[in-house]
Amino acid sequence: MTAPLPLTILGGYLGAGKTRLVNRLLRDAGGRRIAVLVNDFGDLAVDADLIEAEGDDLIALAGGCVCCSYGDDLTTAIATLRALPAPPDVLLLEASGVAMPGAIGAAAGLMPGVTLAGIAVLADATRLPALLADRYLADTIERQVQAADLLLVTKSDLTDPAPTEAALARAAPGVPVAPVDAATPALVLARHAARPRPETRHAARHLTRLLPADAPTDPDALARDLAADPRVTRAKGCLIDLSGHPRLLQLVGTDYEITAAPPGAALGVVTISVPI
Amino acid sequence: MTITLYPARKIVTMNPARPHATHVAVRDGVILGAGTKAELSGWGEMRVDARFADKVLMPGLIEGHCHLMEGALWAKTYTGFFDRTDPEGVTHPGCRDIDAVIDRLRAGLARAPGAPLPGWGLDPIYFGNTRVTRADLDRVSGTVPVGVMHASGHIMNLNTPALEAAGLLREGINHPGVPLGDDGLPTGELKGPDVMTPAGAHVGFDRDMLACDAPGMRAFGKLCVRAGVTTATDLAARLNEEAVQTMLRVTAEPDYPARVVCHRFHHGVTPEELIAQVEDLRDRSTDMCRMGRIKVIMDGSIQGFSARLRAPGYFNGAPNGLWYITPEHLRTILTEAFARDLQVHTHTNGDEATQLLIETMTDILSERPAADHRLTVQHCQLADRAQLARLAGLGACVNLFANHHFYWGDEHYRLTVGPERAERMNAARTALDLGLTVGIHSDAPITPLAPLFTAWAAETRLTASGRVQGAHERITRAEALWAITMGAAHTLRIEQEVGSIEAGKRADFAVLDDDPETADDLRDVGIWGTVQGGRPFEAAAL
Repeated sequence: MTAPLPLTILGGYLGAGKTRLVNRLLRDAGGRRIAVLVNDFGDLAVDADLIEAEGDDLIALAGGCVCCSYGDDLTTAIATLRALPAPPDVLLLEASGVAMPGAIGAAAGLMPGVTLAGIAVLADATRLPALLADRYLADTIERQVQAADLLLVTKSDLTDPAPTEAALARAAPGVPVAPVDAATPALVLARHAARPRPETRHAARHLTRLLPADAPTDPDALARDLAADPRVTRAKGCLIDLSGHPRLLQLVGTDYEITAAPPGAALGVVTISVPI
Repeated sequence: MTITLYPARKIVTMNPARPHATHVAVRDGVILGAGTKAELSGWGEMRVDARFADKVLMPGLIEGHCHLMEGALWAKTYTGFFDRTDPEGVTHPGCRDIDAVIDRLRAGLARAPGAPLPGWGLDPIYFGNTRVTRADLDRVSGTVPVGVMHASGHIMNLNTPALEAAGLLREGINHPGVPLGDDGLPTGELKGPDVMTPAGAHVGFDRDMLACDAPGMRAFGKLCVRAGVTTATDLAARLNEEAVQTMLRVTAEPDYPARVVCHRFHHGVTPEELIAQVEDLRDRSTDMCRMGRIKVIMDGSIQGFSARLRAPGYFNGAPNGLWYITPEHLRTILTEAFARDLQVHTHTNGDEATQLLIETMTDILSERPAADHRLTVQHCQLADRAQLARLAGLGACVNLFANHHFYWGDEHYRLTVGPERAERMNAARTALDLGLTVGIHSDAPITPLAPLFTAWAAETRLTASGRVQGAHERITRAEALWAITMGAAHTLRIEQEVGSIEAGKRADFAVLDDDPETADDLRDVGIWGTVQGGRPFEAAAL
């Protein structure tokens, strides 16, 4: 019996940017063999230059990745993937626009050979506040974002993301929010338990942000910036300092301390702040 | 070409200009006319076929919402509460308690010892609403996997070996559709397609629950003959190329007795692909296999608490149901379909789904009217008067789930929507008064394929416990008989070809032993069989 495959669910409403993110993750896979699961190929436009060969329900992609349509039958699709000569390292399931990622996650928990790594839900900064106020869709969008353990804000280049961040803080308090640019394969495909996250659920209306820490950073400088920001009330997370050592940053109000990071800690700093 | 003249005790034509006749003349599968022998003699020499001399003829009945899988299901063991007749004409008595269910399943197991045993039709609501557990089904077998689908299609029960085979007999399961017992293990009840479908594969259920193979289609044809049905729908089909070929091949068999109208459902393809595929299928249609129609599934079911309801929501406080399509995709599909004159039927159970449909149609049709689109709102169970009035104004038709009054009416009253809305569910009277074309349906296999029963259900609105639920929404016998012939034909846009016995239409008849206009109870009307395209099919000779 081989180890179960970690499954990350990528949710979010129609047009939130799921397909764009999937293509970027495939491009940046860095040797990980990612299997992308879509309800049907009609749902996902994989960039043509990534495609190496197309079959009926399996598309071979560059770098050993595959894209698989599962129709109504996720179990069989996953068994097929596990039986490949070079099985994938991780599964990335793109949920359709009105699907409930939490329900898919619960169903995945029943499947042999799969373990749920996490649920990332995308929020389109140009639409999310309106969707959360839509008479037909509000409860669907709420259920989607509440099921997430990571919220990724997209299209911030088109509009100010602050209203979306505030709306997410109200709808899904305590779930870390990060810009989609921070969504590296390491972050999105990481097991939920290994992701930086707040230790406690905070009161509604507080913003929970995830600051990526991919590049070496001066921890003191970052901590000073956070301490100087009157909105930030707490911060905790790991980063690599300028000499290449992992460091743990912990901040409450304006007090902070920087210590050696525990071994194996995921990189990234979660901040809790009051809204603007 | 030979002309056949059928004298009958009575012919109920559904042609308002000539509602009754004694004779019908047929040539080459087409009706020359209905009237007296003298009137019809002008057509020339005729062969008189007196086999229906003591029968009553009606237009062949049309089931406007069912699924061919009913035919395939009879390969599995029926465990329902009500008597039900299989394609071979054998009536399986209802299982009145759990012991009867166990006995029935044991008999099924004895026919194929050792093979995983699928059953269907279970309805523990009628056993005092007790929960069925794996311990119950372990009495059928402690070693062979056994699984039984409930009548509603929303719950499945497994025994212990089946749970083991599905990898579910373990602690630590955390899923709302898998209730756990005091021992921390699943009780054996599975709720919802995402848990039922993978588990069902271990007890002999096809993963594509709506699929129907050629033997299943032939069995379905026999059920049609027994029910007096000459045109039936396959209202939610994937219609991949293999399925299309099977449909075309089987319906072209010389003794296939039913015209099948298939709707391609919207799942699994983009709206653009859907439109392109359905346009192609329209061109490949035959008289016996009508394709080129779209089914859009908007929400779930009321008894599964997955229909989208407006305030005040579910009577028992259950959270609102699920959307199965985004409003954007709905808009795209309707816009493109209206522009191409492709007919759309929508699965629209809850009144919030109905409202979204109304508003979307209003937007699209205000911009670009579509002549005679006849979008048909299927189920439409909770629509109120105001919604039905708007649907009438939009040129829509409704096909109401009249059988629900009988099978789940008491549950709707008590649990799902409460007394007030239960009494106005499937508002056929209101819809007719507002000028809507009304069909009524069985959704077979959810309830049995039997339009005369469905007409009875709309006429009486009796629940299984014997209450009249919503007397003000009852329709007359004549209106109910219209609904299962011309009404259904109109919703399928085939009313110029079928649905009445009059000159130029297909020679499709339901051949009845009794007069449906005067029978005390429509359910008791005996059915000899059908004539389809001029070909007689006797149920007893199938």
